[in-house]
Amino acid sequence: MLRDPQLNANGELQHLLSIEGLPREVLVQILDTAESFAGVTEREVKKVPLLRGKSVFNLFFEPSTRTRTTFEIAAKRLSADVINLNIAVSSQSKGESLLDTVANLSAMQADIFVVRHASSGAPFLIARHVKPHEHVINAGDGRHAHPTQGLLDLFTIRHYKKDFTRLTVAVIGDVLHSRVARSLIHGLTTLGAPEVRVIAPQTLLPSGVEALGVRVFHDMRAGLKDCDVVVMLRLQNERMGGALLPSAQEYFKSYGLTADKLHLARPDAIVMHPGPMNRGVEIDSTVADGPHSVILPQVTFGIAVRMAVMSIVAGN
Amino acid sequence: MKLPDAEKLCEQLAAELRPRIGPQSAMIGLYTGGAWLAERLHKLLEMKSPLGLMDIAFYRDDYAARGLKHDPKRTKIPFDVNGSDLLLVDDVLYSGRTVRAAMNELFDYGRPASISLVVLADRGGRQLPICAQHCGARVEVPAGMRLTLKQEGTKLVFALEPDRAA
Repeated sequence: MLRDPQLNANGELQHLLSIEGLPREVLVQILDTAESFAGVTEREVKKVPLLRGKSVFNLFFEPSTRTRTTFEIAAKRLSADVINLNIAVSSQSKGESLLDTVANLSAMQADIFVVRHASSGAPFLIARHVKPHEHVINAGDGRHAHPTQGLLDLFTIRHYKKDFTRLTVAVIGDVLHSRVARSLIHGLTTLGAPEVRVIAPQTLLPSGVEALGVRVFHDMRAGLKDCDVVVMLRLQNERMGGALLPSAQEYFKSYGLTADKLHLARPDAIVMHPGPMNRGVEIDSTVADGPHSVILPQVTFGIAVRMAVMSIVAGN
Repeated sequence: MKLPDAEKLCEQLAAELRPRIGPQSAMIGLYTGGAWLAERLHKLLEMKSPLGLMDIAFYRDDYAARGLKHDPKRTKIPFDVNGSDLLLVDDVLYSGRTVRAAMNELFDYGRPASISLVVLADRGGRQLPICAQHCGARVEVPAGMRLTLKQEGTKLVFALEPDRAA
């Protein structure tokens, strides 16, 4: 059997490329470790010495603020040295290949590569070519995966709901273009969430989405009924070619989360969003800033989750 | 070989510590065995400040060789470390490396007035200049074995098991 390229011969996490295929124990290990790091981020000295002397290279071939910043904070809180490379305006624009870029950084004694790339699979390609002591973390590749976002979503859900095995979770919006949705759905099914729903117009769903183990709804009101967790997705205008939607206003009417629609979910439902939010397009401000929203705690938890992932892979 | 009675040693330690508990005294137990012992001592001594619990996983000196352990617990220190007279509690003192890591972590919370080390058993074999101010018993442990504290129901008992790290 082919080994998962993320795991070493002992089945331990060597790279984090995708939540898909990761065993339950590894997911739980990451979430438990993040829980301990959450304690570190609450104290006055928010730093531990684990990655002292290690170099973390943030390789962002696609723009990002939140993800890049939280990776940077996480690495610094682990005492690593962080080097941020904005490749979009660097060597690649001069024609250097992806693997040459990585080989050069490896020659500068890199230990961890945090990679965001517009092409699905780019972090896998890098992971296949790095030295044994180097580790690759996928920070979002094309439409494929965004595992640390998926993990921080899982961490947030576990934080508020404790147990996955009784939850109904709805993922709403642009599932077609969303690597976040894919990562989260894989994680939820691995951790035993009994009902994961996706709610979207047919044009924003990948074909064969049911194969991920989800229930599909096109009517948002029907799909929201009795949900414990509501995950809104950003409408990804920059990835949309062609006319998938009539207009943002039309979209908001059918698939925007308003207080009125949220009433259909459970009274203690939480509302999540991976950011950046389009207020008035996929989510109304009264909900985004309302009592059910855990959107800002998600960002804070993201730091602890990324600390956990980096310290686990660098130790294996 | 006969291991000492952990329950009896725990009571002896409490009696030894009682006259030393003052207004600035606070206690921190090291996971896992030290946390059980600290919970006991904290209760027996009727200490006013809440009990702290610490997992030194993020301060270990063998991370590069062994990686991160699987289930680190969350360190919780629910009092101000600054100016406190700390009793740092562990079950078994051996190389001294755990205590070194614990002191490093502690100073990321503040500057205590003093730290005293309290252990249920000292098995010798120190690799660092660390000693316990309060020690239940000295125990000879055969090479390749590990002395650990276990919780059987509500009872604390010592056990010997093969040392996987050796």
